[in-house]
Amino acid sequence: MLELKKVNYAVVDEKTKQEKVVLKDITLAFPENKLTVITGQNGSGKSTLIKLIMGVISPTSGKIFYNGKDITKLRLDERANLGFTIAFQQPVRFKGLTVKNLLDVASEKSNKLSDACEYLSKVGLCAKNYINRELDSTLSGGELKRIELAISLAKGGNLYLFDEPEAGIDLWSFENLVDLFKGLKGKTVIIVSHQEKILEKADYLLLIENDNYKLGTKKEILPLLKIEPKCKKLGGQNE
Amino acid sequence: MNNIDKELLKSVADLHFTPLGSFNIRKNGESVGRNSTKEIEIITKKDKSGIDIIVKPGVKNKSVHIPVIITVGDLTDIVYNDFYIGEGADVIIVAGCGIHNPTLDDSRHDGIHAFYLEKNSKVKYIEKHLGTGKGGKILNPITKIFMKNGSEFEMETLQIGGVTYSKRDTQAVLEDNTKLLIKEKILTTEDQEAITSFDVQLKGKNSHVQVVSRSVAKENSKQSFYSNISGEAECFGHVECDGILLDKAQIISVPKVDAKCPEASLVHEAAIGKIAGEQLLKLMSLGLSHEEAENLIIKGYLS
Ligand SMILES: Nc1ncnc2c1ncn2[C@@H]1O[C@H](COP(=O)(O)OP(=O)(O)OP(=O)(O)O)[C@@H](O)[C@H]1O
Ligand SMILES: [Mg+2]
Repeated sequence: MLELKKVNYAVVDEKTKQEKVVLKDITLAFPENKLTVITGQNGSGKSTLIKLIMGVISPTSGKIFYNGKDITKLRLDERANLGFTIAFQQPVRFKGLTVKNLLDVASEKSNKLSDACEYLSKVGLCAKNYINRELDSTLSGGELKRIELAISLAKGGNLYLFDEPEAGIDLWSFENLVDLFKGLKGKTVIIVSHQEKILEKADYLLLIENDNYKLGTKKEILPLLKIEPKCKKLGGQNE
Repeated sequence: MNNIDKELLKSVADLHFTPLGSFNIRKNGESVGRNSTKEIEIITKKDKSGIDIIVKPGVKNKSVHIPVIITVGDLTDIVYNDFYIGEGADVIIVAGCGIHNPTLDDSRHDGIHAFYLEKNSKVKYIEKHLGTGKGGKILNPITKIFMKNGSEFEMETLQIGGVTYSKRDTQAVLEDNTKLLIKEKILTTEDQEAITSFDVQLKGKNSHVQVVSRSVAKENSKQSFYSNISGEAECFGHVECDGILLDKAQIISVPKVDAKCPEASLVHEAAIGKIAGEQLLKLMSLGLSHEEAENLIIKGYLS
């Protein structure tokens, strides 16, 4: 089980030199082997939370536990080897590295076309058209996003973090994408999303808003999302 | 031929055995193997050290290997090779120099290559450089390319480590409807220095040049990249200089574009910096250590 205890994250604004709190005092436990969807307005700190869990960044204070073990100080690669798998909101481009190179690193083997097909077809791409493509600026945004997902599937793991996986993916293949997440049953899956269709598939929802947050079952949280104005779903004091 | 010779030949010319077709192998300043064919003749120069390589008109799908290896120290080997490429010919030329210097004195090879491309001829030229052993390994290749109407020249140079000092000088003159593509990859480490300069004159209408340089400089090494592209007609020139810097290394890029005709379209792009943090993070999120991630990025970049 993944737990956060009194996690804070603040950054210092380079221009104003003022401290800006991004996430404040978060204590929660993500339900084991369930699909939890994190939602909230742009800039509310969803990606930040995902990166804290993965170890891309470290909390200013507070602790993170996995299966009862304090992992706050574990590096990104150490968490990856523990079974944490992330697909970033903004996939990275590489000059000179191919889709195959990354699939190979992720799966720790040399993938043949048929292996690559297994991962790429799940995200709606035809392996033979992509396996030798460079991950450079010649790939479209949607292609890159799908490849990012395929790489995370190739890596595998016990805890998946998907940051807006549906962004830029055309509607036609949307259903398949949703099936993909449902197919990770038995794993802890955390998805950041704004998409109603994905929210509907969730077991649990985590709503982040201003300095506040609420984790609950889909039944508990979905009604809150309908409340206007958009920034006061949790009845916060901030204007 | 001993194992060091074989290893060097394999690295610089992909030669695992005696090549098919025409070849000339030069070791420690002397020719040690040669095959001159009817289609591609190799003739020793009379006035200076070097060879003339004559590709007859219309010869297609043939290759020439002319690797150079040096396995001793305290040697300066200067060689002049002239390539005459006949009209309509289409060939692959593999050059390259491997130095294994076990001594403490410098070994140096200056390969001065001139290519004369007749009308509508096509050349792919591959040149690899490698150094091993303790002593200084110095390489100063000069390449001159003269391109007649309709000819194409593709040049791939690779210097992937171990060369203490190199000064690479490439000059080209392009007539009408010509295409020149240069891909260069250089890795320097320790206190090595690599200087590379391109001087391309786009004289003819519809002449094209593209220079793609990718370099990685590590530790205390230094690389300088100079390019001078002049356009004297309706022509296209594109220079791309990408560099990754690590440790205390330095990369200097000095572009010059000189358009002498309003129809000349010349572009220079340079992007030099450290490895992008998010690239490292992505690979580490797949379980690689920082060092493994760095090495993979560099390997891909220079591949
Ligand atoms: N290094 C940083 N420096 C300055 N501000 C930062 C930094 N990192 C995050 N922030 C700020 O923290 C807030 C939360 O960012 P985050 O990327 O987590 O938002 P998000 O909820 O994922 O938004 P979106 O829905 O647009 O993806 C934003 O206001 C952002 O500008
Ligand atoms: Mg985000």
